[in-house]
This record gives sequence, C-alpha cells and structure tokens, in this order.
Amino acid sequence: MQDLSFITTWLDNSLRSFMPGWLTVTVECLLIGVGLLLVYALLALFYIYYERKLCAAFQCRLGPNRVGPWGLLQSFADMFKMLIKEIIHLNHIDRFLFGLAPYLVIIASMLAFAVLPWGNGLQIINFNIGIFFLIAVSSIGVLGILLAGWSSNNKFTLIGSLRSGAQMVSYELSIGLSVITMVCLAGTMSVEGIVAEQQDLWFIFKGHIPALIAFVIYMIAGTAETNRGPFDLPEAESELTAGYHTEYSGMHFGFFYLAEYLNLFIVSGVAALLFFGGWMPLHIPGWDAFNHIMDYIPSVIWFLGKAFVLSFVIIWFKWTFPRLRIDQLLSLEWKYLLPINLVNLVLMVLIITLNWHF
Amino acid sequence: MISSAIFGIENNGLLGITALLTGAALVFLALWIAKMISPRSFNPQKGEAYECGIPTRGESMSQFKVGYYLFAILFLMFDVETVFLFPWAVRMRELGVAGLLSIAVFFGILVLGLVYAWRKGALEWK
Repeated sequence: MQDLSFITTWLDNSLRSFMPGWLTVTVECLLIGVGLLLVYALLALFYIYYERKLCAAFQCRLGPNRVGPWGLLQSFADMFKMLIKEIIHLNHIDRFLFGLAPYLVIIASMLAFAVLPWGNGLQIINFNIGIFFLIAVSSIGVLGILLAGWSSNNKFTLIGSLRSGAQMVSYELSIGLSVITMVCLAGTMSVEGIVAEQQDLWFIFKGHIPALIAFVIYMIAGTAETNRGPFDLPEAESELTAGYHTEYSGMHFGFFYLAEYLNLFIVSGVAALLFFGGWMPLHIPGWDAFNHIMDYIPSVIWFLGKAFVLSFVIIWFKWTFPRLRIDQLLSLEWKYLLPINLVNLVLMVLIITLNWHF
Repeated sequence: MISSAIFGIENNGLLGITALLTGAALVFLALWIAKMISPRSFNPQKGEAYECGIPTRGESMSQFKVGYYLFAILFLMFDVETVFLFPWAVRMRELGVAGLLSIAVFFGILVLGLVYAWRKGALEWK
C-alpha cells in the first residue's frame, strides 16, 4: 500500500523552506479547508447523480442523460439552478434559528467528513478517540434539523422535525452499540488504529458472526440516521409535503439536500471503516502474492470504492422497501435492534475472551 | 507503511477548527453567492406559511405529542450509559476478568432499565 503522505510532506518541506513556521501551518490549514470544500461539493454532486441513475435503473428508466455525456453534468446544472433561486424571507419565522439550522447541519457533516480515513497518509483529523468524536459530531446534525423544523413556525415542519428527532435519536443508540461492539474487537478508538488493526484481515471476517450482526444492524440504523429509504417519514411527501425543510427555499434548502447526501456517504464510509478496513486493501493471511497485488491499488480508491458499494446498498433499500409507520419504526429500534445489539455485544465479548476470532 | 498526521500537524484541535470553519464558510459563501445572483421580487403573500393556500390558523410553535419527549428521555438514559461502555471497550483485553465482572453489573442495570421501560409500556407508541 503506497504511502500518500509523501505529497503532503513534500509540500510541507517546500513551504517551510521560505516561510516562517506559523505561516506554513496557516497555509496548510487553508489548503486542507479548500481541499475539504472541493471534495465535499464534488462528492455531493456525484452522489446526486449516482442516486438518480440508480433510481432510474431500479425503475427501468434511463435517468438523467441530456446534460453532458451520460447526463454527467446534470447535478452541476441542478446546483446552478438552486443557486439562482430566490431565498424567500418569511415573516412568521424565528429568523436567527432559521438561519442557524443549515450551519449546524453542514458543520456536523463536515466535521464527520474530516475524520474519515481517506487514504494512507490522507487522514485529516486523527484523534485517539476518532470514532467517538465521529458519533459525537454527527449527532449535532439532529439539532440542526430540530431547529429548522421549530423555527419555521409551520405545522408540517414541526411534525417533520419531531419525527426526525425521535428517529435519529433512537437509531443513534444502535449505531453507538454496534460501534462499541467493533471497538471491543479493535481495542482502540482511533480511526488510524482501527484501520491498522485490519491489516491482516477485515473486521467483518475477523469477528465473523457478531461482526456480521453488528454490520446488519449498523446498515439499518445508518439508513434511518440519514432519514432515507424506508425510514423517510420525516419527509413523507404524501403527508408532510417536505418535512422539516418545507419553508426553506433556494440554496437554503440546498444545504439540507447536500447534507443528506453527504451523510449517506459518511454512514457508508464509517461502515467501510469499521467492517471493511477503511482504506486497507483486502488481505488474506498466507496469500502473500495476492496481498501484494492488492497493495498496488491506491488506498483512496479502496476507500471510495467500499463507500460507494455500501451506499449502493442503502440506495437500494430506498427504492425497494415501502415506508414504515412511526410506531413500527420505533418498535423496530427499541424492541428488536436494541435487544439484539445488547446480546450481540455480549457475544462479541465472549468470542474475544475465548479467543475464537480470527 | 501506515503514516499519520497530515502535513505533520499534530494538533488535532487546530484541524478540527479548520474543518468547522470550512463548514461554516461553505454555508456562508454559498448563501452570499445566491444572494448576489438570485432575482428578487416582492409580494406580501410570499412571506406566508406554506400550508394550503389560506392563512394559517393558530400558532404553530405549539404543544406537541408527549410521546416524542418520552423517547428523548429514554434515549438520554441509554446514550449516557453506552458512553460509559466506550472506555471499557477500548481496554477490554487489559482489564481482564475484573473488568468483565464490573461491566457485567453495569450492563445488567442497563438491561434492567430497558426491561422496566418495556414493562411500563414506555416503548409503545400511543
């Protein structure tokens, strides 16, 4: 696996040769910021295209195919359309909270975005409590959604945001518990450490049965956490028009749209990190030639590939399953996923103490 | 070889603040651009709530179903307890049997809490 940090090290050294230290750090932070911004925007645009194409395929349509080759420029056109729409100022809203909500939603997803293991040497925020930090920041997003619904002073948005709050808060529990299950196996919370632990074998193979159960629970909870798929009652069009962002217009709405797709990427990225080794290539103990060949594929491609495949599964959910009712949704979490998760944690502990994992 | 620390910056707080400011800058810049290039038109009806075409009746920032509150409280309880599981999960192998036993007691209380809420009917959506 090629170490990509030579790029940043080379840049760091060449900047340091003609700049004082503090200025170098400032410039590097700016570079990181610009890089994050670009990757964030491009991934969001890609995901919009990806989802539309997949949705079309599931429904036996062609999907966007007019703007640019294979419709590739469609999401750019959508973005420009959104930018030139008027931002309407309503006269019955709580103006401060209304403006604050998109900031919270975007900042939460941006912070989670920066923790993901992009590649060997491309990890940005590298806390020793990385995965814990990720769970913590992604829960700020709920606050943004609740504020958006409340401050809009509209009945649809209020109901939408409350549903969303109840749903995201409940399913966060399942995410947390399945992450704990994997942290038990990894023995570390740092993202870098979790990736390094999977050098010989990915966790989904290493932890076999409990890891598989944790993965299934994580995928279900992750789908609910992004307010997608069968769990999209916060934005159930037939009953709530557009849910919590009904009153947002133009680019203001665009931020919620952006954050939704980015959260989809983050959820699948974390799944890739916890169960499929982050950027770590597929290694099988004993197969040295195979491992060596796998190392030639760049780590960034490994990570993005895993994340896209897992996103495909989540998008597949969305276009296959009918929407749940709120009581079904809450009983699924509290009466099925939570007890299964607790039992699964005990199972994982048992397997680790008896050394039955690979 | 696995390497860490992008640009050799060891200060994670600085990187975290960079990411935070990047997020804020994204919203601010996009809103600014949108305000610069988007058209403006004035119409008193534009400022009304989106409902069904007639003016809204009553206040929308009103009381709502208590069931949501109940689930929020339950979440708070369980989430705080799962947060306590994290440090143990990291050091599970080192702590050994003693750690396992003490976390089993804690875990038992957590499960009892769930059983209590279930028996009380707090998990039903009424």
